[in-house]
Amino acid sequence: MIYVFYIALFFMALGMIFSLIRFVKGPTAGDRTVALDTLTTIGVAAMVLLAYMFHRFIYVDVALVYAVLGFIGVIVIARYLEGAL
Amino acid sequence: MSTILQIIGGFLILVGSIFLFLGALGIYRMPDVYNRLQAGTKATTLGAMSLILGVGFLSPSWMMKALILIIFIAFSNPLSSHALARAMHIRGRFPKIYSNNAEEYDAYRKVEMSEKKEEVKS
Amino acid sequence: MQELSFANKLSRFITSWFFLMLVWIAFTSTYATQELLTGAFVSGIIAMFSVPFFTCCDLSLFHPVKIAYMIWFLIVFIKALILSNFDVAKRVISPALPINPGIVEFKTQLKTNFGKMVLANSITLTPGTLTIDVIDDVFYIHWIDVQTTHPEEAFTHIAESFEKILLKIF
Repeated sequence: MIYVFYIALFFMALGMIFSLIRFVKGPTAGDRTVALDTLTTIGVAAMVLLAYMFHRFIYVDVALVYAVLGFIGVIVIARYLEGAL
Repeated sequence: MSTILQIIGGFLILVGSIFLFLGALGIYRMPDVYNRLQAGTKATTLGAMSLILGVGFLSPSWMMKALILIIFIAFSNPLSSHALARAMHIRGRFPKIYSNNAEEYDAYRKVEMSEKKEEVKS
Repeated sequence: MQELSFANKLSRFITSWFFLMLVWIAFTSTYATQELLTGAFVSGIIAMFSVPFFTCCDLSLFHPVKIAYMIWFLIVFIKALILSNFDVAKRVISPALPINPGIVEFKTQLKTNFGKMVLANSITLTPGTLTIDVIDDVFYIHWIDVQTTHPEEAFTHIAESFEKILLKIF
């Protein structure tokens, strides 16, 4: 079972690297925000998986709060970009 | 029984991580911001939902909180992508169009700016 | 905002109380009496103050026919979600990037704001489409592989299977 977790973490790390490249390269602010959104979602999933691997129930709450904060952050950046803030 | 749950959980975790990777790859490869949003939103939503559901299968006492997280992700991810797409279009980043009649392929460009802004204020 | 009758307010209050209690039980993951009492107190206060804002649903949501339609909608939605992911995976992996993007529009018949939001979210998660804006009852959809720019044909392609179920619910 532990190898399944290692493979999953490897794929997630690869995905994080790709979206980080887009985050650094992205020509406009919108591209960077898309990459940030993806990074947040991958981070939430990784936190839940690590919570199971370390047998710490409390990390799931951390993941939930991180998901809420990432969502609010993306909404705020979007409103700022469209000039409503 | 627990062996079956473990197999289902491991399978869901693998599928979820592969879809998360494909979403990030789509963000890297797609040509403009709308296509990036398409790839990113769909793939990462299903990937995260599947992975969290897999963890819920592995330890059933976490299932309720995993379901809360899944419902939140299913509601919030499309909302943020929709807000971003509208912001980029109002800002003037029109989508890349390969067809010849570009005006017909971009129906949102016809809408008056005042109407869009009205939507913003209310 | 229109003035609501007392019965309407009460049914909204009970509905949001019920959902908040569900969330509370899921968070604490326990059935001890004092936890349940605290949850009932806190979610009652929150539901009382949020009656003017949570305008989505009232007690008619628990009608058995509507619940059956909701389960049917969930099945259709999950099937579309899985199909859309394989679609995205196919487009991302193939070296030539087979895309032909564009923005199309169509009209919907849904009246309530919450119904429109659910339809917009479902469209975003179905194969190749992304909701850009909803102005009154016109949806603007970014389509990764445009097959038609005619509004009614686009509606048949994209949203018909969802809307005919959502019209029964909302």
